[in-house]
Amino acid sequence: MIVLTVNGERRRFEAPLTAAQLVASLQLTGKRVALERNGEIVPRGEFDRQALLDGDRVEIVVAVGGG
Amino acid sequence: MDQLVVAGKAYSSRLLVGTGKYKDFAQTRAAVDASGAEIVTVAIRRTNIGQNPGEPSLLDALPPSRFTILPNTAGCYSAQDAVRTLRLARELLDGHALVKLEVLGDPHTLYPNVMETLSAAQTLVKEGFQVMVYTSDDPIVAKELEQIGCAAVMPLASLIGSGMGILNPWNLQIIIDNAKVPVLVDAGVGTASDAAIAMELGCDGVLMNTAIATAKDPVLMASAMRKAVEAGREAYLAGRMAKKPYVAAPSSPTGGLIAPAQNKAA
Repeated sequence: MIVLTVNGERRRFEAPLTAAQLVASLQLTGKRVALERNGEIVPRGEFDRQALLDGDRVEIVVAVGGG
Repeated sequence: MDQLVVAGKAYSSRLLVGTGKYKDFAQTRAAVDASGAEIVTVAIRRTNIGQNPGEPSLLDALPPSRFTILPNTAGCYSAQDAVRTLRLARELLDGHALVKLEVLGDPHTLYPNVMETLSAAQTLVKEGFQVMVYTSDDPIVAKELEQIGCAAVMPLASLIGSGMGILNPWNLQIIIDNAKVPVLVDAGVGTASDAAIAMELGCDGVLMNTAIATAKDPVLMASAMRKAVEAGREAYLAGRMAKKPYVAAPSSPTGGLIAPAQNKAA
């Protein structure tokens, strides 16, 4: 089991997973999102290859209304 | 044609609008359309995990194929957070480099922290971003931001969301006179005349959100703002008449009156 901090929330996963699998588990596949792992950008094209490890801090963002 | 040029790209509208505080995305889009804005600014936020994965997104209402999306750092209080936010924004928008930097200093007033703003601007320019930067109306800071390499300098008219209008036109005038990059008033515009005054001073554009979004009829106010920015720009280009506090020249001929005025001095 691994624990990730996703958008500030601790979440448990049964097994290690990729960024693409995390995005899929959040039902965000195909949405326009950007992802940061431990402060570094993970390009969308690399979601499939980017492994997420126990203790990683992940941020997933979208564009929202603002001025 | 009179166009606004920012970072080498020309725009026909000099009104830039924010996308916050609207009732829904349909109203956001209707107001943006009525404003005629081509550049629209958006905030970057964490996804709401587990909440309505099927709900529409802002960029469906405002497609990047149609509008120039200007991601901003609203809500950031440090250079580091602002830089991280815009790196995420660049990834989100497929490498898009034009961004709005704002680093706030105080949650009570939302006044900009110019020290952090300068620091973030340096990093972002080095990383290839085209930075439109929100700042105070301090002419020295504005010049410094230009020299760092910002694409546009955007001093406040008054505090964000205050609607207090242009509090220091003299500072804005100095900033405009000294600048070699576009100067846009960002924040504080309350109604159409404020936008017109900013443009009459010689601003290259105006960025606003609250004045439109919190009007009773946002779409009608968006239309008013479009006209105000256009009117102010045309008045600036036309060159206003000189002000004369008295001894004004009448618009009609002084001779040929059926009852000539008595010359009391004679």
